[in-house]
Amino acid sequence: MTSTRRRLLVLVAAVLVLAGVGTGVVLHAAARADRQNQPQTGGPAVADGQLTLHQKKRLVFVNGAAGPHRTAVASVASADPKGRRTASDLKCARFYAAAGTGVCLQSTTGVLKQSNRALLLDANLRTRHTFALAGTPSRARVSPSGRFAAWTVFVSGESYSSAFFSTRTSVLDTRTMKLTPSLETFSVVRDGKPYHASDINFWGVTFAADDDTFYATLNTGNKTYLVRGSMSRRTVTTLVENVECPSLSPDGTRVAFKKRILSRTDLWHEYVLDLRTLKETPLAERHSVDDQATWLDDHTIAYALPSQGKVGTSDLWSVPADGTGTPRLLIAGASSPAPL
Amino acid sequence: MYLTDRSAPPKAGAADQGRRRGPVSGVAPVVLVLGTVSLITDISSEMVTAVLPLYLVTTLGFSPLGFGTLDGVYNGVSALVQLTGGHLADRVRNHKLMAGLGYGLSALCKPLLLLAGSVGALGTVLALDRTGKGLRTAPRDAMISLSTPAGRQGRAFGVHRAMDTTGALLGPLTAFLILRAAADGYDAVFGVSACVAVLGVLVLVLFVPGRRRAPDAPGAPEEGTAGRQPVRVREALALLRLPRLRALAGCAALLGLTTVSDAFVYLLLQRRAGIAEEWFPLLPLGTAAVFLLLAVPVGALADRIGRRTVFLAGHAVLLTGYALLLWAPAAPALPFLVLALHGVFYAATDGVLPAALAGVVPDHLRASGLAIVGTSQALARFCCSLAFGAAWTLWGPGPALAGSAAGLLCCAVAAGVVLRPADEAR
Repeated sequence: MTSTRRRLLVLVAAVLVLAGVGTGVVLHAAARADRQNQPQTGGPAVADGQLTLHQKKRLVFVNGAAGPHRTAVASVASADPKGRRTASDLKCARFYAAAGTGVCLQSTTGVLKQSNRALLLDANLRTRHTFALAGTPSRARVSPSGRFAAWTVFVSGESYSSAFFSTRTSVLDTRTMKLTPSLETFSVVRDGKPYHASDINFWGVTFAADDDTFYATLNTGNKTYLVRGSMSRRTVTTLVENVECPSLSPDGTRVAFKKRILSRTDLWHEYVLDLRTLKETPLAERHSVDDQATWLDDHTIAYALPSQGKVGTSDLWSVPADGTGTPRLLIAGASSPAPL
Repeated sequence: MYLTDRSAPPKAGAADQGRRRGPVSGVAPVVLVLGTVSLITDISSEMVTAVLPLYLVTTLGFSPLGFGTLDGVYNGVSALVQLTGGHLADRVRNHKLMAGLGYGLSALCKPLLLLAGSVGALGTVLALDRTGKGLRTAPRDAMISLSTPAGRQGRAFGVHRAMDTTGALLGPLTAFLILRAAADGYDAVFGVSACVAVLGVLVLVLFVPGRRRAPDAPGAPEEGTAGRQPVRVREALALLRLPRLRALAGCAALLGLTTVSDAFVYLLLQRRAGIAEEWFPLLPLGTAAVFLLLAVPVGALADRIGRRTVFLAGHAVLLTGYALLLWAPAAPALPFLVLALHGVFYAATDGVLPAALAGVVPDHLRASGLAIVGTSQALARFCCSLAFGAAWTLWGPGPALAGSAAGLLCCAVAAGVVLRPADEAR
């Protein structure tokens, strides 16, 4: 009996200690989350303001600087990206806009799962339509004309030998409001022959100016391909291997992409591929880039890199698209750039 | 098989415990303690499982494809580790020690998750976590098996599985509560998970009777092993010469070969029943809820009408589920029905299979025997996953499922013949 009592005492003591540690850990994390929403000294100037997608010569992005406007869609003057930020009250995990159409991917924590949705936005960032998402937001793009919007999410727990992920890429025709829930329903031509597989994944769509052609990454059998697709014919065709997250230049001649430099590692180098010659040019960025890059103009590429020493925040950098020059810090504490 | 179970004389103390009412009446205290350990440990591990994908993508910025490929390797490793854990437990004649090592190793991995900043490091931590799970499974089931009279095995395993599944349901709830309290607080989730895991190990250490302690449960683990020579590998391998064990392991593998993995079932259900994708993460919870509710009554039923009958009926229920998925009538009740059938399948098989081993494997080799059957089932299921994936690729989901259903029907009939009661049966 005394032995049982002693064991119970040990248990009660342990429960108290462990509960204390657990509570401490949660409170610490909650305090840190609160601090993220407080403006920090030395941080950039962010102010509430009117933000429309019709404004010219501005760069829109998701603000990552600590403060009440963290994760809000904000904009700066393209000529002065380090200047004062104008922030809207729309908060997004991923964002893109073109020609007066915006897409905002949001994520909220529910009771038993994360709740994710995509918002289709008008030029005043008002929600035109909401779509439930199957997983965690990853990439978003709008066609140059503003007609098509595409997004990629990570879906967990569906591949057979794995408890982990696949991707789901959806495309929306904003004119007809017809949603293609998954590009996996498109027919695939690989190396000139029709191709079927259950392990096909698409991600990182980028649209051409003709409102039909698009490029994306296709993954199957542990290989990634750059594919060219047609919205009207519902097909994709593989072009070259080891290309991820393509981004088409405004003139439609080149694709910026991330290339895995070591198989089975998360290390990528940013390249530009000339679509006519299929010649690849490595860019001057030495760090591993895990982002779908954005063309600021026909000669400059912008992308996010994790902020030094800070978990969960990123900075925007830019680099010349021809492999010359050096990377330049564009906007600190920011992600999802979209030039207007 | 149940006749052998029933003919075994109930051990002392079991009879008067049986007079108590309620779902846990007649269940040895050690089963309840092990159930509690599993409940606590499952809260801890499911907390991590629920948020790990989010953590990888949002915080570490991992591109998660290519990560899953290693997972298949872990499954194989985990199955083989189960064999090792089971045999070592018999060999050192200390099931509690081996189970404790397994639980301890997994607990140790939780804080390590925070330090793992690369795919390789994270993969290693997850592999260690699986190793812990592999190590503890057979010794833990052996303790349940050895502490319970043969005629009550089904219910004892049912109680354990119900408690285990309760933990699996509470885990995600806890994790998302923490994430709501602290945005991006993945470190807090892992920290709390580690605390919970330590608590589980502590309950095991404090309240599960060890080898030397006087048994406070009928037929505590050391009974039957006392005074024996250490168990050798050869002796464990000789188990395979037992016709009944060979039949059970063979049938478990045979049926495992045609049991489509959960992930595929949910994917098929989502596609064929047209469930919106955002509900996908909740589908496993439906199966778990039914499993949780039915584990005890179905386990008790197996004790009464025979484990073979219930085990085979469970597969018949799964077959019905496949048929429903193939037919896919446009009825709103379809997903609920399929999930319910899937849950019934688990209730009728997951605990019933180890329960059936009690009358087959000698006490001093119990963990080895459980591991042999568990490993053959796990490896067969993994092979099925690979084959199903290939069939899906070649012929599409419908034909792949039809093929599995036909295979399952054949295997179930074969298992029914192989597992038919011995001649002296009623």
